[in-house]
Amino acid sequence: MNDFQKMKNAAQRKWDSLRNNKIPVIFLGTASCGRAAGATTVLDTIRTTLKKRKIKAKIVEVGCIGPCYLEPLMDIQLPGKPRVSYSNVTPKLAKLILESNLIKGNPLSKLAIGYFGDSIDGFTDGLPRFFDLPMLKPQTRVVLRNCGIIDPEEIDHYMANDGYQGLVNAFIKGPLDVIAEVEQAGLRGRGGAGFPTFRKWKICRESPGKQKYMICNADEGDPGAFMNRSLIEGDPHAVLEGLVIAAYAIGATKAYIYIRAEYPLAIARLKKAIRQMKKYGFLGANILDSGFDLDITIKEGAGAFVCGEETALIASIEGKRGMPKSRPPFPAVAGLHGMPTIINNVETLGTLPNILRKGASWYSQLGIQGNSGTKTFSLVGKIRRAGLIEVPLGMTLRKIIFDIGGGTLKPFKAVQTGGPSGGCLSGEFLDTPVNYESLAAAGSIMGSGGLIVMDEDTCIVDVARYFLDFTQRESCGKCSPCRVGTRHLVEILQRITRGEGKIEDLDKLQTLGETIKRGSLCGLGQTAPNPVLTTLKYFRSEYLMHVNEKHCEAAVCRALIEYRVVPENCTGCQLCVSVCPTEAITGPRSEVHNLDPEKCIKCRACYEICRFDAIAGDAIIIKSKRG
Amino acid sequence: MSSKILNKMLSGFEGKQEDLIPILQSIQEKFGFLSEANVKQAARFLKISENQIFGVASFYSQFRFTEPGRNSIKVCLGTACHVRGGQILSDAVGRDLEITHGQTTTDKRFDFERVACLGCCALAPVIQINDDIYSKMSVIHLRETMEKYE
Repeated sequence: MNDFQKMKNAAQRKWDSLRNNKIPVIFLGTASCGRAAGATTVLDTIRTTLKKRKIKAKIVEVGCIGPCYLEPLMDIQLPGKPRVSYSNVTPKLAKLILESNLIKGNPLSKLAIGYFGDSIDGFTDGLPRFFDLPMLKPQTRVVLRNCGIIDPEEIDHYMANDGYQGLVNAFIKGPLDVIAEVEQAGLRGRGGAGFPTFRKWKICRESPGKQKYMICNADEGDPGAFMNRSLIEGDPHAVLEGLVIAAYAIGATKAYIYIRAEYPLAIARLKKAIRQMKKYGFLGANILDSGFDLDITIKEGAGAFVCGEETALIASIEGKRGMPKSRPPFPAVAGLHGMPTIINNVETLGTLPNILRKGASWYSQLGIQGNSGTKTFSLVGKIRRAGLIEVPLGMTLRKIIFDIGGGTLKPFKAVQTGGPSGGCLSGEFLDTPVNYESLAAAGSIMGSGGLIVMDEDTCIVDVARYFLDFTQRESCGKCSPCRVGTRHLVEILQRITRGEGKIEDLDKLQTLGETIKRGSLCGLGQTAPNPVLTTLKYFRSEYLMHVNEKHCEAAVCRALIEYRVVPENCTGCQLCVSVCPTEAITGPRSEVHNLDPEKCIKCRACYEICRFDAIAGDAIIIKSKRG
Repeated sequence: MSSKILNKMLSGFEGKQEDLIPILQSIQEKFGFLSEANVKQAARFLKISENQIFGVASFYSQFRFTEPGRNSIKVCLGTACHVRGGQILSDAVGRDLEITHGQTTTDKRFDFERVACLGCCALAPVIQINDDIYSKMSVIHLRETMEKYE
């Protein structure tokens, strides 16, 4: 353990030299979301600008700090000055900011959105602290504490921020006390089901078996969820440290990370972090002289949603079709290769180092009774401030959606929690505190943490159809309630969205949904009808409108809408004519255009391109553009 | 030629059932798809039948059995993308390329897949062409984006 202190001191020096920098430091968020927003071209511009102007500066690529809607995010820290953050940075803007900062020493505070550290008169005037921004202030960052702050590819950055201290503490305590600490902390599985983590571990530890296995479930198949990706990309060592702690607690000497192949950057960062761990002695034989050995293997998933289910995931690692098995026996007793196996979610593992570092009583004070700690969510959909957030359990949906997310552009309609296994909650649930039990009571689930916000432009029947279409395609086909039942549900929902629904269909959806829930083998089928059942319950009028009046109020169901030209707004600019793929729109320049509904395929191209709101859908005039 | 490359690749594995999916992933990464010849060779190495391999491979959406195009376009149909118009993009790609998802254009310029979620939900809707991700996509920008790829 002496070596640990030495390594930590060296890491601290490296981190301090970055903070008390002699040359400017440029931080750029280059997680997948940053890259999707154009961070790589910004990075190229930064490099060429520095070269051209012969400026010495250090570039640090960081993970996602959370407000994805502001990406690309670039921060500049001049020597002796606070780190100042800029949002929506284009290559052109990057050049302007760099030249102003690095040459004139002027931070262009008007363009900045916030600063980190201490305020300095005349430099940070009028700027808020970054973590005081409306999206960030109500949050509590435990799992995400390093995301966007440290270089995820530098183990020293992680160590200087108390990384691997939790592991050292775990070794001092011994496995049984680690389990006791996690029990006291009240940690529940963050993958969605919320089963107490310690209890699963205890069963595994006490089960006989020559070899025990520890698996990190990084499959994150829920569409609309990216918390795990962001955590791995932004702070891979946090997840890996948690994995070693968990393996130590249950007595496993082999660990796997099962991760989606769709996350190449996360995979690359894990691989690099594992190499660093080996070098520092946090992996392999006799880790930190504790007598504990561990190897980690990365297994890439091959694209099957059902593999998020524990027994299916195990089958997939074994090289088989990823089909679930009936339980018991639970994996904690007989899992991978028939041996006791624990599967924990990425976020559960990312939480562990914090608990072991700061103690169970600190952690259990976060959140509410029976639901301690924090939960990360991906807050997306029709929301002003979309991104990755972390809040204490028990915060209301209203606070999350309106205070953190800034609300919706058009009136709020629903929030979908828990991905395809979850449900859509209406406005009457906005004051519900978010915890495992309250969401379940409302008919939804916590799930892994996808929060998809919907406004009046979202058709609830279409959303239910979307989720059922997804689960139907992802059903492994082993049991008939799921295989046949979900298919039947989709067919009914498709009929309704085409305006061919009958009133009896609603009862059919209800009884069929309940049957599938009761009769399915695994979690996929048992939860698949949730989106239908919750929407039938809370948005019945919308179903009725589709069935009785063949009317889709949100103008989404394509069979029920028609695009038309709004003559009083049309300037005859011909933009829509140029994009229409079927020549449905015609008209000489400067005259009101004509849209032939017979030829129109409802591709929406004209609606998107029109600058004068002169294209409308159905009877409803869409007044403003999608935000 | 390809059998030699594959032999070398296979020698890096132990030959256990557990190696099957990683082997198929390596084959696909190297050759773009799982050809019958390659599957045959992998079957011999793993001492299992080709049918067993196809049985596993066909379960997972990652694997393809036909040659991919020069460029690969993936339209994200995650929930966030769906509520922001992902289906409309998917239809537009299909219309422009005159193929449906899972197919390759006859000139091999593009193959077209739909994916469950690319994890860039805050910037929906997104599409991916080769390794590039394009966010906040619209039908209008689609064509000019695709034109960048020959």
